[in-house]
Amino acid sequence: MTTQRAPSGLIGASIRRVEDPLLVTGKGCYVDDIQLPGMLHIAFLRSPYPHAKIISIDTAAAKAMPGVVAVLTGDDLSEHLKVPVPSIVRGMKIPPQPVLARGAVHAAGAPVAVVAAESRALAEDATSAIEVEYESLPAVADAEKALEPGAPLAHEEFDSNVCYTVTKKGGDVDQAFAAAEHVVRMHIASPRLVAMALEPRGVLASPEPMGQGLTVWLSTQGPHRARADLATGLGFPEHKIRVIAPDIGGAFGSKGPLYREYIVAAHLALKLGRPVKWISTRSEDFLTTNQGRDQAMTSELALKRDGTMIGLKVRVAANLGAYLQSNTAGPPQRMMAMAPGCYQIRNCHVEVVAVFTNTVSTGPYRGAGRPESVLNIERLVDKAAADLGIDRLEIRRKNFIRPEQFPYKTGVGVEYDSGDYGRSLDEALRLSNYDELIRQRDQARKRGELVGVGISTFVEPSGGAGFESGAVRVERTGVITVLTGSSSHGQGHETAFAQVAAEKLRVSMDQVAIRHGDTLAVQQGVGTFGSRSAVMGGGALAVAVDRIVEKARRIAAHLLEAAPEDIVQADGGFAVTGVPEKKVTWRQVAGAAYGRLPKGMEPGLQETVFFDPKREAWGFGAHVALVRIDRETGSPTLEKLVLVDDCGVIINPMLVEGQVHGGVAQGLGEAFREQMLYGDDGEALTGSLMNYAVPRASDMPPLVLGETVTPNPFHPLGVKGVGEAGCNGAPPAVANAVMDALAPLGIDHIDMPYTAPKLWEAIRQAESKKRS
Amino acid sequence: MNDERITVGITVNGVTHRAVVEPRTLLVYFLREQLGLTGTHVGCDTSQCGACTVHLNGRAVKSCTIFAVQADGAEITTIEGLARDSALHPVQEGFREKHGLQCGYCTPGMIMSAVHLLQANPRPTDAEIKHALEGNICRCTGYVNIVEAVKWAAERMRGDHVSR
Ligand code: FES
Ligand code: FES
Repeated sequence: MTTQRAPSGLIGASIRRVEDPLLVTGKGCYVDDIQLPGMLHIAFLRSPYPHAKIISIDTAAAKAMPGVVAVLTGDDLSEHLKVPVPSIVRGMKIPPQPVLARGAVHAAGAPVAVVAAESRALAEDATSAIEVEYESLPAVADAEKALEPGAPLAHEEFDSNVCYTVTKKGGDVDQAFAAAEHVVRMHIASPRLVAMALEPRGVLASPEPMGQGLTVWLSTQGPHRARADLATGLGFPEHKIRVIAPDIGGAFGSKGPLYREYIVAAHLALKLGRPVKWISTRSEDFLTTNQGRDQAMTSELALKRDGTMIGLKVRVAANLGAYLQSNTAGPPQRMMAMAPGCYQIRNCHVEVVAVFTNTVSTGPYRGAGRPESVLNIERLVDKAAADLGIDRLEIRRKNFIRPEQFPYKTGVGVEYDSGDYGRSLDEALRLSNYDELIRQRDQARKRGELVGVGISTFVEPSGGAGFESGAVRVERTGVITVLTGSSSHGQGHETAFAQVAAEKLRVSMDQVAIRHGDTLAVQQGVGTFGSRSAVMGGGALAVAVDRIVEKARRIAAHLLEAAPEDIVQADGGFAVTGVPEKKVTWRQVAGAAYGRLPKGMEPGLQETVFFDPKREAWGFGAHVALVRIDRETGSPTLEKLVLVDDCGVIINPMLVEGQVHGGVAQGLGEAFREQMLYGDDGEALTGSLMNYAVPRASDMPPLVLGETVTPNPFHPLGVKGVGEAGCNGAPPAVANAVMDALAPLGIDHIDMPYTAPKLWEAIRQAESKKRS
Repeated sequence: MNDERITVGITVNGVTHRAVVEPRTLLVYFLREQLGLTGTHVGCDTSQCGACTVHLNGRAVKSCTIFAVQADGAEITTIEGLARDSALHPVQEGFREKHGLQCGYCTPGMIMSAVHLLQANPRPTDAEIKHALEGNICRCTGYVNIVEAVKWAAERMRGDHVSR
């Protein structure tokens, strides 16, 4: 079996996942799979209005229904129960977010009442017996419209819809634009997307006997942060709460924050003294779970005639939705921090205006500001090339940050660690047979067909967001337990981290168990998001393992009666250098660690590391797309997609490919199909899978994957993240290909998603303009 | 609300269960909550995701679209009933071998749909596999390796693979 292969060579090998045997046999354990004796179910009554005053609520009929144990409204709850939202930008406005609405609702789907009952069906039945009288108020859904004078206020208590404004500046932008020989101006909007993790959100909260504590099973990306937020939101001590993240059915950023339903469930569990479960329906998920993107960029790129980029101005209107979750304010900041992409643009001015609207809150969704940023700069660069009559490869190469310039501080003051953008572009061109694609396109064009080739070159920041923890414990029998703060939701941590630990400890993988997702077992940790696990969790683990090896070496020296400098690692343990038969196993070392040690040596064999490299890891890549558009119907076909990603040293190529595939699928969803639509008045028009189109198997084009490897010089394993690369690079490559295909018609720019009706309309208009 | 209770006899993974259900109980909740077979998942409320796919009298069906009472007298196979004598079904093996899953939430439904396909068509093309999985959403894998997994399993089941 692969997991028993020789310990060396594990890092870099496509080891099959240790997670899978349970998951393919139906033995996974997701929150909804857990049933506890005496468990109650809760269901929420939600506002159908995007913005309304609540005049009255009558719960009498619901309370009288059989099986109903409690019915609560906002007025029944203490004001202290609320979703904790950190102020991550100075002066940002934080609207009140009681866990059940009090007096008003600001988005459709806001919870107005909750029912606890003996079964889910009874709880749902009872919500429909609650009578609520609303007075509808004017609402606004679009961020740019919300900034217009006289726009309806999303929150009546604020004097404008602006949550915060921040600016990042570098160099002298005014001078750059004054010196410019050409300026490209564009307005680019990224669609609002739904994360659509296949497992809907859910929670099961269970009071411990005698009121001592609370155990909470939660579909979350970060159990420790959820626990702290729950403690704050509930007013219950953190150290008496145990949060368990069991198997998680996908998340993509949307399961980062602590949503209000979780606080309600925990509150009811404590109040009623019974376990309380809430599992979102898919329709509820569409109305309550953080959505992604929805940033509109107004940008200007200043250039010299020869294509040298000298200045960048971006103004982003970022739609935050009505209520802030703990991470809602984040993605626009990310957008800013990578605005110049892989180019040397010394003079930058990037402003984000983050806006409240009467829509579902936004937040990190795979990419979390990265795809918006890459889309913006890559569209600008293509348009600049077209305007100036310069080849788009040449303009990129001319402006790339060069390998010898790293570490490189960009025009927005962010330092990139390493990179070789020219090399990854070359590889993508080679794999795509680029010249041949261009030849095919030109021939097709001569025949009047709409065919386009697009490229994107991009950076992919990963890691960051504070620290991550890793603890390594050699147990008495010599087996190894790893406790990682980086809990997984499908990425394969148990496999990848075991590869790292096993290789570095020179044991087989089955000697290592990776544990995560339980605040009672695992030291404080952060979680999995932002492509950070390999970098942060992997880094913590690597350092902890190194420390274990150092201590074990001293113990081995004692056991082998040699000097520690003469002890080397051997398969399964340690040996005296040059005398391989003089060796001890991990079991023997552990036996000594927990048994008899010489004076001055501390017993035990466990190390805990809180890892913070104080910098992010900047992966990068180049993607090439070939798109054909049917002139008669507008229907686009992605005929080829080549993806070259560089995520530094690769721990498990199979897992990296899987991440790229998944990211690309989501990116192509964004490019061609997906968009959460709201009417002008905030009404959700695409609130279910009936009309929100996620990619199906047949929507996936053939993919060609490639890689370059530029090790991260600041990381103990040399790794960078890759989880979001696919959805960062693919959509702009597609966008550039679609616009390339439409270029002969004089069409300048169309926003994603490129649905057939949208393209057909654009083609029709362009053709009639040409004729007239 | 309907207080009526109905007794049904449903054979699941070879075991016949007599059970009392409400008329509105969906087959998926009967399996999950009454029988504790939680490998069959629920991913939507509009019959679109396929996470709940099981076999009913040998056909792949979405168990969220059927009431338990409609399955009275039927033979159901769920993901838990696929492995025989602790040996994985080739499709299960294929998903592991080809990294056809990440979070695993769609996986039981995917596998049940794929098994049904291979029973009817032992030598499917890529397009046929994708078509057969049209009713199953996976948000993690981009389907690429799912198709590979099904092809791998098809080869195994035909017995024309070269043993490693
Ligand atoms: S749960 Fe049955 S199709 Fe989604
Ligand atoms: S593996 Fe997560 S939905 Fe398919």
